[in-house]
Amino acid sequence: MGEFLEFDNVSRHYGDIRAVDGVSLAVRKGEFFSLLGPSGCGKTTLLRMLAGFETPDAGRVFLDGKDITAQPANERKVNTIFQSYALFPHLSVWDNIAFGPRIAKRPRKEIAEDVEKMLKLIQLSDQAWKKPDQLSGGQKQRVAIARALINKPQVLLLDEPLAALDLKLRQRMLIELDLIHDQVGITFLYVTHDQGEAMSLSDRIAVMDHGKIEQIGTPAEIYEAPRSSFVAAFIGDTNFFEGEVDEIIEGEYSRLEIEGFPPVVCFNDKQLVDGVPVFISIRPEKFRIWREKPDLDWKHTVVKGTVEDVIYLGHSTKYWVRVQDYRIAVHRQHHRFLLDEKPIRWHDDVWLSWHADDGFMLERYREADEQLMETPPEKVGEAQGRT
Amino acid sequence: MSGRPRAPSGTEAAPPAGRVEWMVSLPSLVWLTVLFVVPTLIVFAIAFKPVSSYGGIGAGWTLETMRSLANPNYPAIIWRTLWLSAVTMALCIVLAVPAGYCIARAAPRWRRLLLLLVIVPFWTSFLIRIFAWKVLLHPEGPLKRVLVALHLVDPATTLLYNAGSVLLVMVYTFLPFAILPIYAAAEKFDFRLVEAARDLGASSLRAFWSVFLPGIRRGVMTAILVVFIPALGSYVIPDVVGGPNAEMIGNKIAQRTFVDRNLPHASALSTFLTLAVLAPMIAALGLQGRKGRQPIIEEAG
Repeated sequence: MGEFLEFDNVSRHYGDIRAVDGVSLAVRKGEFFSLLGPSGCGKTTLLRMLAGFETPDAGRVFLDGKDITAQPANERKVNTIFQSYALFPHLSVWDNIAFGPRIAKRPRKEIAEDVEKMLKLIQLSDQAWKKPDQLSGGQKQRVAIARALINKPQVLLLDEPLAALDLKLRQRMLIELDLIHDQVGITFLYVTHDQGEAMSLSDRIAVMDHGKIEQIGTPAEIYEAPRSSFVAAFIGDTNFFEGEVDEIIEGEYSRLEIEGFPPVVCFNDKQLVDGVPVFISIRPEKFRIWREKPDLDWKHTVVKGTVEDVIYLGHSTKYWVRVQDYRIAVHRQHHRFLLDEKPIRWHDDVWLSWHADDGFMLERYREADEQLMETPPEKVGEAQGRT
Repeated sequence: MSGRPRAPSGTEAAPPAGRVEWMVSLPSLVWLTVLFVVPTLIVFAIAFKPVSSYGGIGAGWTLETMRSLANPNYPAIIWRTLWLSAVTMALCIVLAVPAGYCIARAAPRWRRLLLLLVIVPFWTSFLIRIFAWKVLLHPEGPLKRVLVALHLVDPATTLLYNAGSVLLVMVYTFLPFAILPIYAAAEKFDFRLVEAARDLGASSLRAFWSVFLPGIRRGVMTAILVVFIPALGSYVIPDVVGGPNAEMIGNKIAQRTFVDRNLPHASALSTFLTLAVLAPMIAALGLQGRKGRQPIIEEAG
């Protein structure tokens, strides 16, 4: 207790489907907190339970120390920005924004002042008398933000607010959302399936899957120290290797056996021993790629492979390198790049190395998670047979 | 919606945009002119003809018939026609809006069943349904006996042959015509807007009133028109379940035509009724046109 917003062991089932399954979560005041996961993972249901559109089958929801589990939606001090914006089509921009304060029966003059202030914040003062269908997608989005913020909610809920916008607009709105959060200083609860949005905006992220929370942490924690193969695969690209713990060496390091590899040294914060099957996840940018076998200390692992594909991306080059049964994705930044340097091409033999601290040991592993890496984020739900 | 081809894009000489539209709408235009506009004008014309002694239409023109509409009997009947139609319309809307809302929100399986139930009465002849009401409301009928047995009604009261029975049967008859357009509008309504209103602090009632109702206003306007206008011209219902004290203009027109064989008088009454319906509609359309909005019945366009 004592947290600003708290879900305490909350569940919501639809028939056999456990949309939200025993979720506990605490959000601090003023925080930009994201719920991230593939579609169907329960993030929107969780948001709707906070908004009051769904009632949990079990568990409690607390806001600012009060139990709001049974409170109807219109009495909660939270406001939502809907994915579809849900602007009232029969009302002008001005009247849309004034909707909440009018229902709260605030004095006319005060409403007028606040609406003007909001219009200025979203830079739509000159469009105040337009109807929603005369606005562009980005403008509608901003009106939806103003309509919610004018009520001074304790928490602002954002349900995939940028999903309907095109890429350029999305990037602009990302910056605007960040600015607005800094200006108004209220708690934001942001639901998205887009890891890029979540990473760039959030103070902390909760990664969800199958109605459960997989991991909560800052963007860096989640990226650099994923707790499960799902998180590792869902946030950015990664390579998985299957092996067994051989022995613990010196402090927190272990030696692993991976079939076809020389002994692999890996950071082992979990202190796993004695032939426990594990999976290690190594991000593509953690590898170094060499033409000659490098001579490195014992904390590095060096393997030999063959280049199968080269994709030049401008800021980096992506290589697919075959090592035994594994097809490893490697990102290489172009440090001190020389055009006349002999480039690495298809079918070249290369050496890959990585540091023991760059691999992450995971106990849990699901086949489906590996497929995630090959699937664009918006298709993740379909790939796993969910809607 | 407008199928106007863009002007300079065609490589060959496409027919001018106007001609295609004319050709498409010509059949319905001819139909309407021959079978609706011309007969209406003929009725208007007959109103200014004298009666021949054999019950036909005499030669020459006269204003006599129009003047006779000032007959002191008429204001009462006109007033009754207006208030019965207005109350019928109001009751139909009040009943149809929640009905349309519920059908639109029902699960698809239930929705089909509920819609079917709305339409089922149409499978029985209109006349048979009206006579069924006569049986139900009859002094010896089942409804009366049940109400008397429950001490809800004095044995002396009559359920039939008064304005109340006409109103009841009119609401019964016109309700489906009100439910269907309102349901059609509610079905297209984005119910996330109601959620948005709730989110912004509106009670369920307030959300219904300030978001749902404006959202289906076109359906409501259509329902008002398709109930009010036919109700004004009701003839069979007041004839069967109403008595001499529940007559409407329709009954008078029929009486003048079939009993008195006075076609000019019947025409004068019809002319009055038609103009009484048209005038407010034209005024409403004009008013909307000035505001630059679309006409009331968008779908009918």
